[in-house]
Amino acid sequence: MGDITGFLKVKRKEAGNRLINERICDHSEVEQVLNSEDRMLQASRCMDCGIPFCHWSCPVDNLIPEWNDLLFKGEWKAAYERLNATNNFPEFTGRICPASCEHACVLNIGQEPVTIRENEVAIVERAFSEGYIRPVLPTSRSGKNVAIVGSGPAGLAAADLLNKAGHSVTLFEKDEKPGGLLRLGIPDFKLSKAIIDRRVNLLVKEGLMIRTNTQVGRDIPAKELVSQFDAVCIAIGSGHPRDLEIEGRQLNGIHFAMEFLSNQNRINSGFIRSDGNKISAENKKVLVIGGGDTGSDCVGTAIRQKASSVTQIEILPRPPLERTPDNPWPYFGKVLKTTTSHEEGCERIWSQSTLRFNGEDNYVKWVEVEDVIWESTDGKYSFKPVPGTRRMIEADFIILALGFVHPVLDGLLSELEAELDGRKNIKVDGSQMTSIQKVFAAGDSVSGASLVVNAIASGRKAAKEIDRFLRHS
Amino acid sequence: MKTYRPDKEGLYRQEFEHGSCGIGFVAHLKGKKSHSIISKGLDILKNMTHRGAEGADSKTGDGAGVMIQVPRDFYLIQGYSLPPEGQFGTGLVFLPRDLNDAEKCTEIFLRIIGEEGVDIIGFRDVPRNNSTIGEIARSVEPDIRQILLSADISQDDLERKLYIIRKRTEKAIRNSEIRQKHFFYIPSLSTKVLVYKGMLTSIQLEEYFSDLKDERLQSAIALVHSRFSTNTFPSWDLAQPFRVLGHNGEINTIKGNRFWMEARESILKSDKLGDLERIYPIIEPEKSDSASLDNVLEFLLMSGKSLPFAMSILIPESINLKNPISPELRDFYHYHSTFMEPWDGPASLIFSDGRYIGGMLDRNGLRPSRYVITNNDLIVMGSETGVQLFAPDEIREKGRLKPGKMLLVDTVDGKVLYDQELKTKLANDFPYGKWIGKNMVKLEEIETGQIVSPDLGKLHQKYITTFNYSFEDIERIIREMAATGKEPIGSMGNDVPVAVLSVKPYRLFNYFKQMFAQVTNPPIDPIREELVMTLSGYLGSLQQNLLDESPDHVKMVRFRNPVISNTYFEIVRNLRYKGFSAATLPLHFDVREGAEGLKAAVDQLCSDAEKAVDEGKNYIVLSDRGIDENKAPVPSLLAVSAVHHHLIEKRKRMQIDIVVESAEPREVMHFALLFGYGASIINPYMSFAIIDKLVRDKAIQLDYQKAEENYVNSINKGILKIMSKMGISTLRSYRSSQIFEAVGIHPDVINKYFAGTISRIGGIGIDEITEEVLIPHRKAFEEEPQSEILTEGVYAFRKHGEKHAWNPETISLLQWSTRTGDREKFREYSRQADSDTVSPMFIRGLLRFRKNPIPVDEVESSDKIMKRFVTGAMSYGSISREAHETIAIAMNRIGGRSNTGEGGEDPERFKPLPNGDSVRSAIKQVASGRFGVTTEYLVNADEIQIKIAQGAKPGEGGQLPGHKIDKIIARTRYSIPGITLISPPPHHDIYSIEDLAQLIFDLKNVNPEARISVKLVSASGVGTIAAGVTKAGADLITISGYEGGTGASPSSSIKHAGIPLEIGLAETQQTLVMNNLRKRVILQADGQLKTARDIVIAALLGAEEYGFSTSALIVLGCVMMRKCHLNTCPVGVATQNPELRKRFHGKADNLVTFFRFLADGVRELLAEMGFRSMDEIIGRLDLLEHNPEVNHWKTKNLDLSEMLRLPAEAAKNDMHCIERQQDKLSSVLDLDLINEAGKAIAEKKPVLIERCIKNTDRTTGAMLSGRIAKLYGSAGLPDGTIKCKFKGSAGQSFGAFLVHGIELYLEGDSNDYLGKGLSGGRIIVVPPAGSTFDSDKNIIIGNTVLYGATSGESYISGVAGERFGVRNSGAIAVVEGVGNHCCEYMTGGRVVVLGSTGSNFAAGMSGGVAYVLNDKGNFDYYCNMGMVELSLVEDLSDIDELKDLVTKHYNYTDSKKAKMILDDFNKFLPIFIKVIPYDYKKVLQEQKLEELKRKIANVEIDIEINAT
Repeated sequence: MGDITGFLKVKRKEAGNRLINERICDHSEVEQVLNSEDRMLQASRCMDCGIPFCHWSCPVDNLIPEWNDLLFKGEWKAAYERLNATNNFPEFTGRICPASCEHACVLNIGQEPVTIRENEVAIVERAFSEGYIRPVLPTSRSGKNVAIVGSGPAGLAAADLLNKAGHSVTLFEKDEKPGGLLRLGIPDFKLSKAIIDRRVNLLVKEGLMIRTNTQVGRDIPAKELVSQFDAVCIAIGSGHPRDLEIEGRQLNGIHFAMEFLSNQNRINSGFIRSDGNKISAENKKVLVIGGGDTGSDCVGTAIRQKASSVTQIEILPRPPLERTPDNPWPYFGKVLKTTTSHEEGCERIWSQSTLRFNGEDNYVKWVEVEDVIWESTDGKYSFKPVPGTRRMIEADFIILALGFVHPVLDGLLSELEAELDGRKNIKVDGSQMTSIQKVFAAGDSVSGASLVVNAIASGRKAAKEIDRFLRHS
Repeated sequence: MKTYRPDKEGLYRQEFEHGSCGIGFVAHLKGKKSHSIISKGLDILKNMTHRGAEGADSKTGDGAGVMIQVPRDFYLIQGYSLPPEGQFGTGLVFLPRDLNDAEKCTEIFLRIIGEEGVDIIGFRDVPRNNSTIGEIARSVEPDIRQILLSADISQDDLERKLYIIRKRTEKAIRNSEIRQKHFFYIPSLSTKVLVYKGMLTSIQLEEYFSDLKDERLQSAIALVHSRFSTNTFPSWDLAQPFRVLGHNGEINTIKGNRFWMEARESILKSDKLGDLERIYPIIEPEKSDSASLDNVLEFLLMSGKSLPFAMSILIPESINLKNPISPELRDFYHYHSTFMEPWDGPASLIFSDGRYIGGMLDRNGLRPSRYVITNNDLIVMGSETGVQLFAPDEIREKGRLKPGKMLLVDTVDGKVLYDQELKTKLANDFPYGKWIGKNMVKLEEIETGQIVSPDLGKLHQKYITTFNYSFEDIERIIREMAATGKEPIGSMGNDVPVAVLSVKPYRLFNYFKQMFAQVTNPPIDPIREELVMTLSGYLGSLQQNLLDESPDHVKMVRFRNPVISNTYFEIVRNLRYKGFSAATLPLHFDVREGAEGLKAAVDQLCSDAEKAVDEGKNYIVLSDRGIDENKAPVPSLLAVSAVHHHLIEKRKRMQIDIVVESAEPREVMHFALLFGYGASIINPYMSFAIIDKLVRDKAIQLDYQKAEENYVNSINKGILKIMSKMGISTLRSYRSSQIFEAVGIHPDVINKYFAGTISRIGGIGIDEITEEVLIPHRKAFEEEPQSEILTEGVYAFRKHGEKHAWNPETISLLQWSTRTGDREKFREYSRQADSDTVSPMFIRGLLRFRKNPIPVDEVESSDKIMKRFVTGAMSYGSISREAHETIAIAMNRIGGRSNTGEGGEDPERFKPLPNGDSVRSAIKQVASGRFGVTTEYLVNADEIQIKIAQGAKPGEGGQLPGHKIDKIIARTRYSIPGITLISPPPHHDIYSIEDLAQLIFDLKNVNPEARISVKLVSASGVGTIAAGVTKAGADLITISGYEGGTGASPSSSIKHAGIPLEIGLAETQQTLVMNNLRKRVILQADGQLKTARDIVIAALLGAEEYGFSTSALIVLGCVMMRKCHLNTCPVGVATQNPELRKRFHGKADNLVTFFRFLADGVRELLAEMGFRSMDEIIGRLDLLEHNPEVNHWKTKNLDLSEMLRLPAEAAKNDMHCIERQQDKLSSVLDLDLINEAGKAIAEKKPVLIERCIKNTDRTTGAMLSGRIAKLYGSAGLPDGTIKCKFKGSAGQSFGAFLVHGIELYLEGDSNDYLGKGLSGGRIIVVPPAGSTFDSDKNIIIGNTVLYGATSGESYISGVAGERFGVRNSGAIAVVEGVGNHCCEYMTGGRVVVLGSTGSNFAAGMSGGVAYVLNDKGNFDYYCNMGMVELSLVEDLSDIDELKDLVTKHYNYTDSKKAKMILDDFNKFLPIFIKVIPYDYKKVLQEQKLEELKRKIANVEIDIEINAT
């Protein structure tokens, strides 16, 4: 298979990003693409491991060594087919997946993993441009219909598979266009919305029916859906953000990350006009509370909005630069991650506890923080404040990027009286079915907020279970 | 009352037994009878005592016997009144000891004698003395009487009558209800010969039968045999000689030969013997392979065939183009091969019918046979020279039998008949060539206008799914083979479950495992020795009487390759040549009827096949084309075997051939199975369809024809390899030889469809077989079609594919826990690995042990337990220096032992490191390549391991590719960087069990302190082999599971050769305990051992030591890339690339942690079970039970009861090793030499020692050399310090491992293995003074000389046997003539041959130079040109070298031939040929170039220096 000495001859080469000064002036994708020859060379670095740890760590079980080999040989079409065998939307994951595969890559033992994610997106983009990807209509229709609520990655993946299996699938989306967080949560500079449109158009051509601006539980009674469809799949995501209930929370200028990000996305897509509706960080001293990926997206967006400064604080300590002995390969490396947004100009402070907001004229002006120290007792980590470190950070635009706690319970879920688990996520059995007969669930609404790739995996699993359910009912 | 051999007990089966032996005869050429002939014969036996074996009581021999002419005068003198010579016959009769039963047997015997019209003269009591025989022998000793018979008919008629009487009597008693009938046996019943034999040692024979000491007993012939059986239950009747022959060797194809003989009985007709039904079966049931061959040989003689004829058709010589035989003889062999498949396997045979006596070797000639003819008309032939001593001037001729050749003495005409004379006569009896030319057609030459496309069109995807083709089948197997013409290679063993333990559906093929030769017979090298191998066969008319000769016999189609394209298959299907016709039978069953449907379909196939025979069809085509939603395919293997066995049972098999057209076979193993169960030709149309698609999709960049050819070639090569593993040379004899063991098939299925196949743990029945066909069938026809083809993950891990024991979880947890020393993580690892094991993945997962807890602190310490741990044999070369040394350090720290593997060891490593650590490997391995096996290496061992087989590829050789050999590796292997090194499949000094005993003896001589161990691979019969190995003197036996192994190997070998550890280990334990041999030997187990639980189960199954390879490598960083063979290991473990080696981060500490954690875990388990030490649980099969909770749909009928049966003998016999083997070193000549050379050794003062030597003085010089190497390392002593002069015939291994400073001078001759492992010493052999024969025409030393020699010199004034200089890597040798395979696998040194050579010269030779005197001008015909080029000796340095060597030869030996050459050197120089390997030449040139550059550079420096 492949070039067995490829990894010795070829160094890891990333496509790299557009120059900072240029990219912060627009919302277009930051990452660049490599020419085909270099891409194939990069694929030649894959060693076709006896145990492909990459594949093992991939939530959608991507057959990475197989398509890397085909890519190396220039068999782009075959490579796409192998990629598509496990992943409906490689053009999404290829752009935004944190790529646990690369963490688990055997070459990552020497910190030079194969550029798996970039290879993935290169294959699928080539497949689109060469026209390998064309609508494939099911040979026959089963006569069964399925409703899928929510058009994020989980809902889309489930819809795609069920439609291809011959069922008639209707996708319900509460917002203007399908995509869920892909469309409204993730900034364009990471995932251009044209990419989503391209895929959605394809699905529609294949027979998928989509009803946008339709919130089930509000615009349509949920029970009606259950009675009208042979199966229902709930994939509404984990929409309820975690709040920070401290003094001064009621002040203006404090936003949830998702309000901020979706506002910019809506403007970019022309759903709303920027004048008057814009939640703008322009000329603001921005403080992002929360050090995760969403926080980072807020940083990048704020910079593009020409914030005067951006600071990001996180309650956890700063991760190490290299793996620690108790976080060995091939597990996901919990090391300091610097995103393109961070590079664009942002101060990051770790081990910060946020104590209160302080403002003037109902507008936030200051945030009081203090250092914390983390300790482990009996394997449980807890923090305590470091005395004498309290101080005020000047900030007039606060973004809360503290994650999500559970799906939105009002409406659909409360109407259906779907059983929830301890964390108020939807409870499902081994076949992804909820407590309600023929109602299934997938994605973040089941697992809690997670990665796009996990949502796709969950949607695929639900689709297979629903298909089995429909065949036997 | 103890019976004979148990038929079956636990996992032991009677059929596993093997024999091999010392044989010989003495005869007077002119038939002059004397007693001295008999006593000389018996002396031969005594002089070959070391070739026999003794049982556990050290007294019971495996069997010895003698055949003489019927001594009529002996009885006359004793007062018997006898009819004239020829009208009188006699024989011994073994009778039951129970008088009543004896009476009953006698009654039957006498009745039949009467019925045949023969008169009984009377019985004679045979004087016997059983006081000296062993206890075991005595416990099964029969009563023995002698019968005297007469009839007034011609001698030939009476001889036949006696044969019929014997056959009838045997049958009648066999079929009777007599309780002790198994005692009854007639060693011989003849007017011509008389056999004395029994379960005796060579020495006991004449003590027991005092007739033999009686001077009045006279004969002109004495044919003797002493037996060394691996078998553990030797018996009186299996002693040899039999009625006609004595056999040293093994018939590998015995199952097939027996089946075919049985099948043939229906079409035999003999005027001479009349109604043959009376004497059937021709082959007595439940006797040894040799006995069966004897049965057939005797039958042929009785039906009027001559001895040479019968021997030539049973054991034909190879008719390859390099065998210089006449076209007529070639036609003779060709003609007879159409209806008698070879009895294939190593064989040295001696035979006699009372008038003629002779010997022959099989085509490979792997057993030695030497003879001497004296001026007094005596001929002595034997496995060794020196078994009879003659004064030099008495000797008229000395010779050896050559491969495939025969020698016969006619004691009536007083003539010696040589091979050529005998065979010329045979060849000219009939116009065989003409008959063939007229009646036989070659398949490849049939013209056809029609090309049949491989494309299946729309059906393609349906067939892919129905026949369960995975992405790996297509990509890794078919595409690889079609693109490259080679079988894919893998590494790191097999860690997926055997088919029966997997929940996934498998093809029936996967339930079978290849068997392979180990110890009792050698595998063949299918590449270097391809000359003797063939895949050709015949199709068509077989219904001919073997006893008849006519042109009609060869009305048939000959094919060269048995795997044929669609186009040729259409020809076969439609062939109407000479009235041929075929019946096509569909391999379909009705899906709706399930298992019943499958059964019915197979029944139908059987009856249709029978009908086809009745209708006179020539062959049956079994075809699975045409499946659909209602028709599922009958597994092709099931169909072939069922039909084959059905037709045998109906006596209709000979009349028809089975041809298969199937979508099922895709990899080599599948084809091997179909042939092995009876198919003649296979058309794998699905493979062709896939190749066609791959070509159309441009996934293979070749045209279809070439891709198909590549694929077929790969399959062919693979089949040759599988055959060669068993030592089988021809597909004709492999066909239906059933050399497989089933793992996981229920006995009902076996008995009904696969009769004769071993299957010992039960398993799937017809229901599960059906389900395995239907699961994919449903997927194809019922479920939604899937466009993508699944990757099953059989070869490389896939998440939803087949389970792998080494998976991301187990690997990462193991590395994590051992690097951080985190005990809790290790527990997590163990839990994960154990739960994988019981999922179930290995057979041990089905087992559980009883618990009876005691406190842990009462259990012996972990330190003690760790001493039982060893690491596997992984050579420095296959793994990096860093990995190799880290393992050694860790094992030395814990008091375990690491293993060098096959590759030598840098002497630097023998010294301890400053910090107290040691990188010395305690176990030094001796493998077939003998790389780096020097005397110094051996004396630096605590244990010397003889690797017979390895788990990854039992029965195969190996290759270390040149790119992995850097300077240091080359140095430790005594080779040259960049030159590929080949390890031959067999050890060329172990072709049999007595050879192994010899090697063990050699090694014990070199290093008397070291334990000698023997590594075997789990296979059916491994227990019996282990018993033989124990008898051969091994201190330790390793049983490797097939699943283990880290080495690179063809995928089919990794997956399909050998069986799981548990079965082999339990069988070994059971067999050794039953024979009370267990106490003498330590058992070690390896094969995917991972956790404390694995260790405890291995202990309970019988192992006291435990080997780890894969797990150790994983601790050191291995991530199961399975790319070891490509030198690209990214973690620096299995690579020599300096860049990659930098990535190695393994630490000895981590390994120590691993072993400590394991030992701690073992302690905990011991405490749980209630035992305080490991010794208490070893072999306690009774503590294990089959856990019924571990199961799934395929495992429910597994039956482990035989595996877990504790033999009854366990009550009294020891269950683990308690004593040390007796080494038998106390009488070696070397003790005397060491004594004499005391001063020379201590003070380096020269000494000359003169001694007489005889063939029982074996391994002379080795112990002396060991002493010196221990003191002085490889440097030895100054040249000529110790000189020994010997007179006589030296025993085997003369001068083995001789070190620098010792010179052995032998005047006389010598046996096999001279100069084995020569390490700097000098050996000179000259004919005795007064010899009258020409030295360059007479044999003086035996076979396999200088095997594995690394340095030193030898000068042989005479001719050597086969394989002179095999695997020589540095010694210099001059010899005056050689047999076949000279310089095989040579990698260095110089060989000069001043005379003629045999064929296959320089096969596999990758280094060194040979000079051959090509005085007959035909050397290129004898040379294997695969790796070498020939040139004249023109280079000045070459001329100097050659002249120097010949001069030395003359100086040391006084050789006439050398003198003649030197006297006129310029005349002889042009007829010398230089033989040099291409690669070697290139490397030498590069070296020269570098040398030149260095010189130039030096000159430049000089100039510069001078300039300044």
